[in-house]
Amino acid sequence: MSDGPILSARDVSIAFGAVRAVDGVSLDLWPGEVLAIVGESGSGKSTLLRLLAGEARPDAGTVLYRDPSGATLDVHGMGEPARRRLARTEWGFVHQDPRDGLRLAVSAGGNVGERLMASGARHYGDIRAEAARWLERVEIPAARIDDAPRLFSGGMRQRLQIARTLVTRPRLVFMDEPTGGLDVSVQARLLDMIRALVADLGIAVILVTHDIAAARLLAHRLVVMRHGRVVEEGLTDRVLDDPRHPYTQLLVSSVLAA
Amino acid sequence: MSGYNFAYLDEATKRMIRRALLKAVAVPGHQVPFGSREMPLPYGWGTGGIQVTASVIGADDTLKVIDQGADDTTNAVSIRRFFARVAPGLRTTERTAEATVIQTRHRIPETPLREGQVLVYQVPQPEPLFRLEPRRAETRRLHALADYGLMQVKLYEDIARHGRVGSSYDHPVMVNGRYLMSPSPIPSFDNPKMHRSAALQLFGAGRERRLYAVPPYTEVRSLDFEDHPFVPLRANGRCSLCGAGDSYLDEVVTDDRGGRIFVCSDTDFCTERQTMREAAE
Repeated sequence: MSDGPILSARDVSIAFGAVRAVDGVSLDLWPGEVLAIVGESGSGKSTLLRLLAGEARPDAGTVLYRDPSGATLDVHGMGEPARRRLARTEWGFVHQDPRDGLRLAVSAGGNVGERLMASGARHYGDIRAEAARWLERVEIPAARIDDAPRLFSGGMRQRLQIARTLVTRPRLVFMDEPTGGLDVSVQARLLDMIRALVADLGIAVILVTHDIAAARLLAHRLVVMRHGRVVEEGLTDRVLDDPRHPYTQLLVSSVLAA
Repeated sequence: MSGYNFAYLDEATKRMIRRALLKAVAVPGHQVPFGSREMPLPYGWGTGGIQVTASVIGADDTLKVIDQGADDTTNAVSIRRFFARVAPGLRTTERTAEATVIQTRHRIPETPLREGQVLVYQVPQPEPLFRLEPRRAETRRLHALADYGLMQVKLYEDIARHGRVGSSYDHPVMVNGRYLMSPSPIPSFDNPKMHRSAALQLFGAGRERRLYAVPPYTEVRSLDFEDHPFVPLRANGRCSLCGAGDSYLDEVVTDDRGGRIFVCSDTDFCTERQTMREAAE
């Protein structure tokens, strides 16, 4: 299993009219690795994430996923049933806006339990116990298991979304700006929690962010995107402390020191 | 009513509906679209059921129509009279055992159905996922992929809120282990009667333009959890008219001082039991 990347993209491209949103991007993600994709707004990083997660089809290029048995699957070549099964078992997707990833009218317990039930769990007591365990794990009091997320604060919703995604112990999680829209202290705690959970469960993560600080804290490796192309990639500390491409230098120097 | 074809619909329309019904029978529980026609009664009064009945009925059939189990309520009386007028030669009955085609709204008769009988349901909303997923395109995809976790989430919520699997009517069922199906708004008490029923069960939704079917002896399981099994609901009482303790009961208010009695919702079943009791006495 450790003999190859868990996800590998080759020359992935997509254009929206004349705009080449993603232009010939290749990258590899290794098991247990956290890879951050950084870049300014409109650089194509969220679109790239959607292509990697199979939510959109590239015009050209392939995305290959290596499953636990070591078989290589073409993410865009497999049928929709297979991709949906992957998406609710071995993969997870954390949206920037928790409203996209949660069912706001369904209780917190139901939200966490949905993935379990979708993958065949039919024992109410077990589902509820597992949901309660995960709520504790993301620092939501278990007493709130029957409250709907619309009663939760932004930070709690985002933690709930993470619990809901991780409950089936995925091997690969896609995160789209998970700390966007939260205030700084809540961001810090959330980042801390994600880092602990990811290290604990050994999940491979592709993290899209414009927040250099979040990338430095979470990511092992960094990919810098601009105009749909990868302009620089390398170990996080190397890229941030010794940026080589002029655009990366600009990006790093634009971070405000607190 | 001269000037109308037998059973009101023209032969081309009947043929179209029969083709859709054949497909529905071939794929139990799957919703088949059909070209629903305007019928001389309003949507919500059984336009789907009446079109299915018109398509399967012949001059040698015996028709029974029930509404909430009763043969003598407005909906049942007017549909029965309608067919008596537009289908010359057709016999109508109130006896479940005599009928070959039974059109029903919201009940399954208490008397067990036998082979050769056809039960036609009037369906207001054929989509069991309707309240959970508003997009039709998406529910179709969920059916295609047999992705029914969402329905289970709804049952989970019921238990978390009410302590039991909560729908007292229209409780969703899995047909033949494949398709999630709305049994139409029958009480959950009737759900077990659908399981491996000897009769052919046809469902028509006129406004929503969908047909579906459960062929005889098909597995129909009500959704539940392993540790919260499905329990059909029934009022705790006996029928004040016939004394039945195992039938589905309606609660009837008898005065303005809190007086109330329970009576069988299936009028034919109740009358038959009363006649038998009188004969015994």
